[in-house]
Amino acid sequence: MAVEQTIKDVEKEIVEEFGLFDSWDDKYEYIIDLGKKLPLLEDENKLDENKVRGCQSTVWLVADYKEGKVRYKADSDAVIVKGLISMLIRVLSGHTPDEIIHSKLDFINQIGMTSHLAQTRSNGLLSMVKQMKNYALAYKLSTSTNDKNYGYGSPEAKSN
Amino acid sequence: MTFAAIEKPIINVDSIRSLFPVLNRQVKGKPLVYFDNAATTQKPQSVIDALTEYYNGYNANIHRGIHTLAEEATAAFEATRDTVQKFIGAKTREQVIITKGTTEGINLVAYTWGQQNITEGDEILISEMEHHSNIVPWYKLCKEKGAVLKVIPVSDNGELGMEEFEKLLTNKTKLVSIVHVSNALGTVNPVEEIIEKAHAIGAVVLVDGAQSAAHLDIDVEDMDCDFFAFSSHKLFGPTGVGVLYGKKHLLESMPVFNGGGEMIKEVDFDNITYADLPYKFEAGTPNIADTVAFKYAIDFINETGKENIRKHGHDLLEYATSQLQQIEGLKIIGTAKNKVSVISFVVDKIHPQDLGILLDNKGIAVRTGHHCTQPLMKRFGIPGTTRASFAIYNTIEEVDIFISGLQKAIKTLL
Repeated sequence: MAVEQTIKDVEKEIVEEFGLFDSWDDKYEYIIDLGKKLPLLEDENKLDENKVRGCQSTVWLVADYKEGKVRYKADSDAVIVKGLISMLIRVLSGHTPDEIIHSKLDFINQIGMTSHLAQTRSNGLLSMVKQMKNYALAYKLSTSTNDKNYGYGSPEAKSN
Repeated sequence: MTFAAIEKPIINVDSIRSLFPVLNRQVKGKPLVYFDNAATTQKPQSVIDALTEYYNGYNANIHRGIHTLAEEATAAFEATRDTVQKFIGAKTREQVIITKGTTEGINLVAYTWGQQNITEGDEILISEMEHHSNIVPWYKLCKEKGAVLKVIPVSDNGELGMEEFEKLLTNKTKLVSIVHVSNALGTVNPVEEIIEKAHAIGAVVLVDGAQSAAHLDIDVEDMDCDFFAFSSHKLFGPTGVGVLYGKKHLLESMPVFNGGGEMIKEVDFDNITYADLPYKFEAGTPNIADTVAFKYAIDFINETGKENIRKHGHDLLEYATSQLQQIEGLKIIGTAKNKVSVISFVVDKIHPQDLGILLDNKGIAVRTGHHCTQPLMKRFGIPGTTRASFAIYNTIEEVDIFISGLQKAIKTLL
């Protein structure tokens, strides 16, 4: 059985990948590529209640919870934002609620995203992180041991 | 030779650029191309100097002090009012109310004239191309009073439906509040015609001049508007200052807006008398420094000449339009015959935010989004646009940089 990567491992991997790029043009091209490759979210999940507020573009985010791990799916009508979400999903998906809630996500700063994206846009990025952590928190607090899906029409994860 | 000299504007863009320090900076390692002038313009050195000179030399609270600094500050503050009076052709200086900006000017009218004059069943007429600041105050007033908010539709090319306007104008219409120049489309609206027709049925007209004051010759007497609101920061002046002009009989009959110092004659616990115009509407210590500096922005415009500003803006608009039209999948939103130098567009399969981010990466500042005109975006069935808006210090070379940056961004995104 392969050793599972921690959130920090994946963050480190992304920071190393970004270290290979000489220019912001290359970084954006990479992010755009990630955005284009992110699996599409089914239309039935593109609901108002699954929208992440605080972004100039529309972002939908859903999560499910199986065997103690949270998995995310997301989509956006803007491709750079989609690329950013794709990285967040790569880092956070498949981890326990506790790991997600306590993740620092320093990689966002280390790859220059907070300083390079204007305040209004990085607020959108922060809204996404907040929403992902909210889902994790909702799973953690849920007393039921049953697997649950949030964002599939269930607003209870949106306690913020 | 002489004729050519007359036809050609006598401006030197290089020397104008040298007056604006921020234009020397680099963004993301590239020279800044600032095409977000409809959001706010950059400030010339004279305006920046006026701010520091005020704080270095004669900062004091105005109007009541008898010491030298207070007198100098008062004189400088009031000099701006005189300059604005001439700038907009107001008959008297008392009709120039210093506000925080266009938004406050419109709200002032809604909360004073509106509260006094709008009753149940009355109609307020605005248009589909209004900025949120000319929608929300009237929406709130109508909700509160049981009045009806009616909306003049916009045509596919971004012009006001004037036939529909005439149909919407009834004897129930008490107010027409209309944008002079659309911030999202650049359309210049025929406000003189609107005012004449509205006055014929006894309605009052407010003109939102936030975008027009920098480009068009404003003569409120000729225009015959009842109210005219605009902001300093969109005409090379500081943020946080604006002007509300009003007809004297209206301003005099209106109740006061904010209560506080400056706006009173005498205060007793059981009786208060209010100050005369314009101070009646200027409660509290105003934004003195920025108001003082605003005068220097108007001086800059007067020295440059509105005719020159318009001609230069028109040249940039024509050139940018012709270049943008050659880009596949790009559609210009707002193609009215009469436009100022604002150009909004969408590109097939590309979100404006992505374009904005990639253009910023090339040092090019444009605006993306709904431009505080959500109903207008809805009317065109789009989430938003990318908007380039030009000022007197922009150049054809900058348009070329923008076009090539845009082409590269589109290629990367598709």
